[in-house]
Amino acid sequence: MTQVAEPEAAKQFVGGGVLRKEDPELLTGQGRFIDDIALPGMLWMSFVRTPVAHANLTRVDVSAALEMPGVVAAFSGQDLASEWAIGMPCAWPIADRVLPEEPTADPRIPDHWPVAQDKVRYSGEIVAVVVADSREHAADAIEAVEVDYEELPVVTSAEQALADGAQVLHESLGTNKVYTWGFKNGDVDRIFDEAPVVVKQRYYHPRLIPNAIEPRGVVVSPVASQGEFTIYSATQIPHILKVLMALVTGIHEAKIRVIAPDVGGGFGSKLNFYAEEAIAVAVAKRLGVPVKWIEERSEGYLATIHGRDVTQDMEVAATEEGKLLAARVKLLCDFGAYSQLVTPGIPILGAWLYHGPYHADAYGFECVGAYTNKTPTDAYRGAGRPEATYAVERIMDALALRVGKSAAEIRELNLIPRFTEAKEIASGLSFDSGDYPASFAKAKELAGYDEVRREQAERNPRVASEGKGKLLGVGISTYIEMCGLAPSQVLAALKYGAGGWDAATIRCHPTGKVTVITGTSPHGQGHVTTWSQIAADALGVTPDDVEVLHGDTAISPTGMDTYGSRSLSVGGTALYKAAEKIRAKAKRIAAHELEVSEDDLEWREGKFQVAGAPDKAKSIPEIAFSAWTAHALPADEEPGLFATAVYDPPNFTFPAGAHIAVVEVDTETGRTEIVKYVAVDDCGTIINPIIVDGQVQGGVAQGIAEALYEEAIYDDDGVLVTGNMSTYRVPSAAELPNFTLDRTVTPSSTNPMGVKGIGEAGTIAAPPAIVNAVADAVRAVGVDFIDLPVSAERVWRAIHSARGGGDGERAAPDTGTGAASMTPQASAFGDADERSEGGAQ
Amino acid sequence: MRRITCAVNGVQREAEVEPRQLLVYFLRETLGLTGTNVGCDTSSCGACTVMVDGKTVKSCTMLAVQADGTEITTIEGLASNGELHPLQEAFRQHHGLQCGYCTPGMIMAGLGLIQDGSGMSDAEVRLGLEGNLCRCTGYQNIVTAIQEAATTLRQPADVQGGSE
Repeated sequence: MTQVAEPEAAKQFVGGGVLRKEDPELLTGQGRFIDDIALPGMLWMSFVRTPVAHANLTRVDVSAALEMPGVVAAFSGQDLASEWAIGMPCAWPIADRVLPEEPTADPRIPDHWPVAQDKVRYSGEIVAVVVADSREHAADAIEAVEVDYEELPVVTSAEQALADGAQVLHESLGTNKVYTWGFKNGDVDRIFDEAPVVVKQRYYHPRLIPNAIEPRGVVVSPVASQGEFTIYSATQIPHILKVLMALVTGIHEAKIRVIAPDVGGGFGSKLNFYAEEAIAVAVAKRLGVPVKWIEERSEGYLATIHGRDVTQDMEVAATEEGKLLAARVKLLCDFGAYSQLVTPGIPILGAWLYHGPYHADAYGFECVGAYTNKTPTDAYRGAGRPEATYAVERIMDALALRVGKSAAEIRELNLIPRFTEAKEIASGLSFDSGDYPASFAKAKELAGYDEVRREQAERNPRVASEGKGKLLGVGISTYIEMCGLAPSQVLAALKYGAGGWDAATIRCHPTGKVTVITGTSPHGQGHVTTWSQIAADALGVTPDDVEVLHGDTAISPTGMDTYGSRSLSVGGTALYKAAEKIRAKAKRIAAHELEVSEDDLEWREGKFQVAGAPDKAKSIPEIAFSAWTAHALPADEEPGLFATAVYDPPNFTFPAGAHIAVVEVDTETGRTEIVKYVAVDDCGTIINPIIVDGQVQGGVAQGIAEALYEEAIYDDDGVLVTGNMSTYRVPSAAELPNFTLDRTVTPSSTNPMGVKGIGEAGTIAAPPAIVNAVADAVRAVGVDFIDLPVSAERVWRAIHSARGGGDGERAAPDTGTGAASMTPQASAFGDADERSEGGAQ
Repeated sequence: MRRITCAVNGVQREAEVEPRQLLVYFLRETLGLTGTNVGCDTSSCGACTVMVDGKTVKSCTMLAVQADGTEITTIEGLASNGELHPLQEAFRQHHGLQCGYCTPGMIMAGLGLIQDGSGMSDAEVRLGLEGNLCRCTGYQNIVTAIQEAATTLRQPADVQGGSE
């Protein structure tokens, strides 16, 4: 491809705080979300879901439902069985393997039908479908469906699932184990055997419920005579959904169009192939009319994927001074009842990150996954990386205690120094670029770190001795993450069932306006604005000249959608590459029209100018017009000015940064108040600082929610106790502070714009910052260890217990948090007694 | 079925409603005002917040029949002559929305705080928004937007040239 000059003076929108183009419609109630779609003749679906977590289905009788007002049809799992070419897909099947060994077995992915056929395995699984003429009639009629359950023993934890004699969920697999997968890099075991300092600790990352504020939903409109289906779904992945729907239903892929309308948040929960989507297609096909389903929130708590639920045995080996030598971790994951779209792969997204941004010589990772009678887990904002970051950042504090250093000193000793080109790290990946000490230094300064430590040293002993008051705590999280899953060959090695590429098309219209078509599918991230900025600078137009289209497979046939903070670094780079193609062609035409050689042209101020003669110039809009008329193009040049680029990145990107939380913990109520929260993030080159800051704020809020409030709890019968928004606490504005944000900019070496991604950073960084701060505070009153979530109740119990008051005899004060289990997580790997943090007493 | 009459965004509306129909579905499905969203089934999220007779109400907690004879303002009733309402404009200027799903309810809740004379400190606005959940923004920009709109909307009458 012709080398094109970099746009110089034209670069005026990238990096600027351009207001979002998406906002006017969303601010005025003109957004078009899934529940706003109503089609003529449309019927409503409602689902019978099992309240029993594990049972054989001995009878599903829909006949009485058919007699209910407004009911048009009703189906059991057996009734719809003939609609499925294959079961619900898992695109990331992982087999038993501990590298460098070869896989010893096929991946254990059980059959998973959209409607259960003979057995149910988690509370909320669909057993029957009712179709009626209204939302209310459908909801009424499900009560009339008769189901007989022959109950089976229930498995509610990974440890139970893997115990000898455990009830097996999937007979065809013969075990509840999904896999053991791991690898070692360097002489990790020898280093651990010989190291002067080894610190180990078990952490449990609770099960979380994503809670996008828009519930899921789907509308399917069939053209019966043509066998065509338009699927409107509140999804993050219209392109992937189209491919999978073709596979599951056997419908010709070209007969399926998927449209993601305005989507009200996702956080990974809409990155899936869901039963309701497949059922809607099957029912629309059977009945020949449009059908609609909108999730009720409490229904969604069971029916939409959960996140995390991982026990982590984390170890670090270090010198006496605290210099990290090696890191090693064993994970035990409760995946729930089935492998949803990427369930088994989620821990793998963190697998290389358990030594954080710190130098080490060797590394070991092992993960065991298990099926249990709970809602399947899958990608929830951060996916694998919050778990890794939490374990690493907590154990670094434990290591600091063990070697007699402060939390800041241990990090300053171990952070990898600044680098600008790809650099191999102990786990075997290559980080793209980083300046971790710079972001940490900035965060310390903004947090007033030294001053807070002085106040803490004065205050906490006094509070401890008086037995009341507020303890001050400081928590640090110098995190690293990886975004933009790529390249596709590496994903093949990881058995990921899709590529890591994305696509963009640019059409330069004869009127001078530009259409950008992207393969990404935003749901709040502001791609329309950001992509307009990139295109405007690259083509010498304004963002308002650029129309960005997305989320409709008929308009943007090629794409890999939006998840894992990939959109800008992959899809945005595809756009950048498409613009390069446009400029290359435009330059040839400009040279022809100006009667100069291409070498005489410079790209300046958004135009091709003849060097030394700036009045002789051609803009892209001018060339778009002449390319359209095609009256006088160079020989062999095709008419039109449009280009498509498909970009497959050579590596991941690795955003990083430093977050510091300063908290006060009330010793009498256990309540934590965040006094200050500082986030210094480095996501490489910034396209739109307003949007970047918004992503950080939202991500941090979600991470704080994870640290302080949220935990999905099941009882022993597999019933979700925190089953709606009034028992599972999504924090409001009243529970959250203002954040102090800043950034460093270390461009990525992975892609030409130097961008890294920011969608998940806050959620990855915040939990250990908060929990480290709370742990730091309550250490003064003798609490050696505390784990997620540090709810008021849990903190109160820990303080009470440390004072010798027991932890369960008396009711905790009403703190407004959900129930929090204090049961220590028993070990699946032995060493269950290792509960005190870093052995510091 | 029962006949109800109410003024929605200044327009008199009359309709037959089922006694069990919630106000939010009356607005969305009978009147086609789909700007007001539904985000939960426990009155927790506030996405459905509207103004009924000048007070903010979660429209999933009220039956349509209870709205008989009332004046209702929804998100569609705020902008006029193609100009965003000052609170909508403040949300835009301060990036107080991302996915936009909670936004209509959040704006109506914010407007309620501004109109009822609530204090506008960070803590007061945050407490005032306790009934409205947002999962995208972390709330900070929403709080800022409401505070700024309050300074615009609460200018003394003489500055606005009003007669009060």
